[in-house]
Amino acid sequence: MNALVQLVAVTKRYADAPALHPTNLSIERGKTTVLIGPSGCGKSTLLRIIIRLIAPDSGTIDFDGSQITAANIDILRHRIGYVIQEGGLFPHLTARANILLMARHLEKSDEEMRTRLSELCELTRFPENLLARYPLELSGGQRQRVSLMRALMLSPELLLLDEPLGALDPLVRASLQKDLKEIFARLRQTTLLVTHDLAEAAYFGDEIVLMNEGRVVQQGSIIDLRERPANPFVSEFINAQRSLAVL
Amino acid sequence: MKRIRKAGKEEIQPLFRRFRIVFHFCAVLPFLIFTCSLFCAQPVLIGSKKFTESYVLGEIAKRTLNEAGIPAEHRQGMGGTIILWEALRGGQIDIYLEYTGTIAQEILKTERQLSVQEIRDALTKTGVGMTEPLGFNNTYALVMRRNEAQRLGIRTIGDLRKHPELKIGLTHEFLDRRDGWRPLRQRYSLPQLNIIGIDHALGYAALANGSIDVKDAYSTDAKIAENDLVSLVDDFDFFPKYDAVFLFRTSLRDDAIAGLHGLAGTLDEARMIRLNAEAERTKNYTTAANLYFQNAVGSTVTTGESFWQKLARWTLRHLELAGFSLLLSVMTGIPLGIVASRGGATGNMILGFAGVMQTVPSLALLALLVPLPFFGISVRTAITALFLYGLLPIVRNTASGLQDIPRSLRESAIALGLAPAARLWRIYLPMASRSILSGIKTSAVINIGTATLAALIGAGGYGEPILSGLNLNDHVTILEGAIPAALLALVVQWSFDLLDRILIPKGLRL
Repeated sequence: MNALVQLVAVTKRYADAPALHPTNLSIERGKTTVLIGPSGCGKSTLLRIIIRLIAPDSGTIDFDGSQITAANIDILRHRIGYVIQEGGLFPHLTARANILLMARHLEKSDEEMRTRLSELCELTRFPENLLARYPLELSGGQRQRVSLMRALMLSPELLLLDEPLGALDPLVRASLQKDLKEIFARLRQTTLLVTHDLAEAAYFGDEIVLMNEGRVVQQGSIIDLRERPANPFVSEFINAQRSLAVL
Repeated sequence: MKRIRKAGKEEIQPLFRRFRIVFHFCAVLPFLIFTCSLFCAQPVLIGSKKFTESYVLGEIAKRTLNEAGIPAEHRQGMGGTIILWEALRGGQIDIYLEYTGTIAQEILKTERQLSVQEIRDALTKTGVGMTEPLGFNNTYALVMRRNEAQRLGIRTIGDLRKHPELKIGLTHEFLDRRDGWRPLRQRYSLPQLNIIGIDHALGYAALANGSIDVKDAYSTDAKIAENDLVSLVDDFDFFPKYDAVFLFRTSLRDDAIAGLHGLAGTLDEARMIRLNAEAERTKNYTTAANLYFQNAVGSTVTTGESFWQKLARWTLRHLELAGFSLLLSVMTGIPLGIVASRGGATGNMILGFAGVMQTVPSLALLALLVPLPFFGISVRTAITALFLYGLLPIVRNTASGLQDIPRSLRESAIALGLAPAARLWRIYLPMASRSILSGIKTSAVINIGTATLAALIGAGGYGEPILSGLNLNDHVTILEGAIPAALLALVVQWSFDLLDRILIPKGLRL
């Protein structure tokens, strides 16, 4: 088995409606898997269930061969990086303190932390002299780079990205997309990325998982989705985004 | 650990440490104060009621004991009869001045005129001793402006029947006493309906400017002569004899009891009126008390404390009251606020409780605590009332500060794998620090103001001059307490603004 994460029959219901019907999904090691679909399709719910910000109603999630439970999740979270749309940086801590927060908590050595921090700055093209700044003193793109560094600090096996580029203007977004793709390739990073943008999914995704109304509709490469749509919704979704691109 | 400290050049560790220092300090302080209070000698505590004569006699008792080498403190103007009696029985004070008529009517609850010996026997059963009468009878009287009384032809209380239009202003104590207004009205069949309750000293001012026509008075009040008033003759002998005596706990040290007995028979009515007049003229009870010693034994005059000494004493006590209660509010309020921020039934209950505490008028809160066993007339009661009063701003601001942290940041902290305690200390509390500190600031400023009421139960502070100023109807004395209290509130406000800069992380102040 080459899957790092394996979801089996995972469901989630909110008070009024099911958010996730029984869903299976495997995330392959070293690949970038993209969850895509319209708003409210359950893609974010799925990602948040993996890091257990939401507890599933039923089903199992295995991480590296062992099942994720409420008891072991805090340890497993150290092996998972998590980046959200607005960065989720703590405003009372400098960029450096945000990045080193967990490493310090786990009492890593100064030497180790300094080396890792330089590596990350180089990797994410973040100027080291900005590390002393507070989040409010950084631009949106810089904040996302810091957030990425924080997620990568402990060299996680899995990286979860929830619309990481959603709040950025197009130019910044394009440059960060390019950098991100390079980073994933260099690190051979297992990544799960949530987006609603098909172009972004196509750009990053080794494997694309299209969701709608709480179900996985089709899983495969962008070519599979475009040329062998599983049902009319798939073609409709792809065509809608393509026609946008033509405009 | 060593590694962490070294790595702590950034703000996480120092911030954590800063909070930790504050908390350690908070934890240790009560023990320090407790230990100190154990080792300090306990002085004899003298209480007094809220009127001039009681203050002056309290000062006389204090100086008598001091001259006999016995440390004594005077808790001025603690309230009315019941409060002082309960305080004496509960051991919160050791001595206070009372009148035989009041003892019979209000304490022993009998309608009969009792002899001094009968009263003494009854009191002994409750562990309270009594001196022989000091020498003057300070009975109740109804007084009027002399010219008004002459114009209307009123000489006796019975004459009031012919003038139902007269406005009567009475002290709250007189309105409720068993030998007070209601039985008096019945006995004399008085027709007046226009009765208002008014403070004793303010009542004299109201009488002078014509807002009221008749008021209750003590027959030794200096104001009677000073304001050209006339006491109405008690033609039915309604008012019992009110011989002044000192009551004391029988467990009091023997030399102190002997000292009090020495005061018996040394003060006649004329002399007491002179001392009262002196107190009202000089606005200084100590000076008036000194007059007693000058004439009696010709001993050297002590001028009492200077203004600055008094100010220092008031300030220290005020800070003690406000500071200690604030400390309790912070230590209790922040944890309660953390629990309340999680919402649910418990959270609502906590916010509800703190809210209700603040809607109870502070004066009523004090009065409600006094009869409870552990509290009584004490600094403890004042601090507890202030503590309860200051709880709401801290609980509410802690809860709302924590609730205002965006969900995305809470989730980021969770997703990083920080344990719950570390999330609270390193992320949530620092992020809510601005709101929490502003709650503490509100609570502190409220406490400084409300602490002036503590003087009502003899706890001292800036309320002491405010109360005696009210009693003397003297604005200067009131300002001696009111101005420092206002200044202190400002200083506290500024100190907190300064503290904001130290405790609120820089990243939140951008």
